[in-house]
Amino acid sequence: MLEFKRDGSKAAICLAPAMLLMSVFTFWPIINSFIMAFLNNYYFAINNADFYNEMMSVPKSYGYFMGGRFTGIGIENFLALFRDKDFLIALKNTAFIVFVSVPITVIIALLISVALNSIKKVRGVFQTVFFLPYVTNTIALGLVFNSLFHVDYGLINKLFNMVGTSWINSGATWGRAMFVLMMYSVWDGLAFKIIVFLSGLQSIDKQYYQAAQIDATPRWRVFWRITVPLLSPMILYITITSFMGAFKVYSSVIGIFGTGRYGPIGNDKLLITIVGYVYEQFNISGMPFGVGSAGSMVLFLIILLITAVQMRVSKKWVHY
Amino acid sequence: MERELYLNPQELRKFKIKYVISRVFVYGFITLMAIFIIVPFLWMILSSVKSTNEIISRQVTFFPRGKWQWENYSKLIKGILSTDQFGNEYYSFDPIPFQWMFFNTIVVGFFTTLGTIITTILAAFAFSRLDFKGRETIFAIMLATMMIPGEVFVITNYMTLSKYTGWIKSSNHLANYAALIFPFVTSVFYTFFLRQTFRQIPNELYLAAKVDGTSDFKYLLKVMIPLAQATITTIIILSMIGTWNAYVWPSFVTNATNKHHLLVSNGLMVGLRGASETTGPNSVLNLQLAASTMVTVPLLIIFFSFKKYILRGVSRSGIKG
Repeated sequence: MLEFKRDGSKAAICLAPAMLLMSVFTFWPIINSFIMAFLNNYYFAINNADFYNEMMSVPKSYGYFMGGRFTGIGIENFLALFRDKDFLIALKNTAFIVFVSVPITVIIALLISVALNSIKKVRGVFQTVFFLPYVTNTIALGLVFNSLFHVDYGLINKLFNMVGTSWINSGATWGRAMFVLMMYSVWDGLAFKIIVFLSGLQSIDKQYYQAAQIDATPRWRVFWRITVPLLSPMILYITITSFMGAFKVYSSVIGIFGTGRYGPIGNDKLLITIVGYVYEQFNISGMPFGVGSAGSMVLFLIILLITAVQMRVSKKWVHY
Repeated sequence: MERELYLNPQELRKFKIKYVISRVFVYGFITLMAIFIIVPFLWMILSSVKSTNEIISRQVTFFPRGKWQWENYSKLIKGILSTDQFGNEYYSFDPIPFQWMFFNTIVVGFFTTLGTIITTILAAFAFSRLDFKGRETIFAIMLATMMIPGEVFVITNYMTLSKYTGWIKSSNHLANYAALIFPFVTSVFYTFFLRQTFRQIPNELYLAAKVDGTSDFKYLLKVMIPLAQATITTIIILSMIGTWNAYVWPSFVTNATNKHHLLVSNGLMVGLRGASETTGPNSVLNLQLAASTMVTVPLLIIFFSFKKYILRGVSRSGIKG
């Protein structure tokens, strides 16, 4: 009888490349971010001030870590975070995107999938159309939505005779800009959800529907009593991944404004998101990565919490 | 069940009408949503060949009137030269070096994918076939990192590379490639995906190979990789698409003043920053859409050619949230 030998040395060779790279680019960042979040006033770029201070024999009152300096250990980054108006705006924007666009997208995707599943003619054509946005480039299509909603030359404004109404150009209001972002998020998010729902629908046993047909069950009842419960694992999976995705919204905002910022010219933080806020630290002189890391820790905690709640709630109604 | 539902003509008519109405609703809804999906694509492609006059006219046109302005695409790459009142030439629209952007993206995508394939195949082989201490623990830790939001990695990787290498915003083309490639030559998700495929290969094959005196590495090369070909193809396509669409990391590590260092996604943003604020005859909205078309069409071609492989990857996880 052949037996599996312990092959530790072979495993070490096989795992070495992946593990080496991961420890530098995956594991270390997690540890480093955690540390940076608790270093007060952590600025990344060491600047000439150090040299100047040394020359003027100013007492050194800070420590160094990973090419940056800090003044102490504590929770000052988190305090700075919640004192910053931009971060609060980012929280509000992100929450709005998550709790409005995700449910809308999931519901529309579910309806489309059920409708698609119930038709026979030209189904292939429709299916292809709905799958199209799946691999598109977020920036490129963001720029397309930017032009669709352009203040003077956009299709929407010309079509509805609203030329001069600024959606994403300078002078845009929060509501209008958010509307465009919502449209784009729904447009962008549908394909993936429809693909998953359709494969779920196709794996539901036809017998349930045949039984319902014999009993002449109304359509909506079939939908609520058979389709939704049997599709609930997919719905849970989609909801969790969409929530995670929506919390990390970043490039779609950059794309729709076309300014490289989070808002139109003159109001460039209109739709800043949490991730946008974190990346914003690259643009602040000295790169206060302590605050950025604290921001990503907060984001991580929020995602963890929401996912835990979803898993908890889902136990009641998800049927496996 | 005394009622003869299907023989009663009135009932039958009622049923038929109901059926037709429900069909109308279903088809109406799907068509409406399909229009919502397709309009941005059509608008993008059709408007990219409109003349500036047509773009800025008050009339609504969906299809281009008159000749299709294919020269918009050459304007995009060559830029628009204007002359100011003193007779000096200047670019009213800076050229976007698409040829470089495509080249860079393909080079970076190729090496990222090659690296990813090698590291993930080896790791997946170890996790699925080899027996060693702490196998499950290490794998669980790897999987757990998939929960962490991406920007955690971006900040520290930026720090690591700028502290220990000179690759960040380097004016050296190769250093630029290195900064774009190295952080992405392995992937937890693809390791997981491959491990699942490798595990489906029956043990008997392995034992038979052992009896024949085949070494583990030969077995990996001659048996496992060919059997997992479909999964590997999926990974190659998804990884290439990932590079094509990568925006965040390239936008931080490439030097935007060297436009021929950019990848397509961030090149698009750098080249068209503020383009939508241009007004009147200076409007470059058609060029903006031409640029979007140039980035989108290759993706659509890939999508149609490799639909089967791309959709295989979906059921495991999305490349989009």
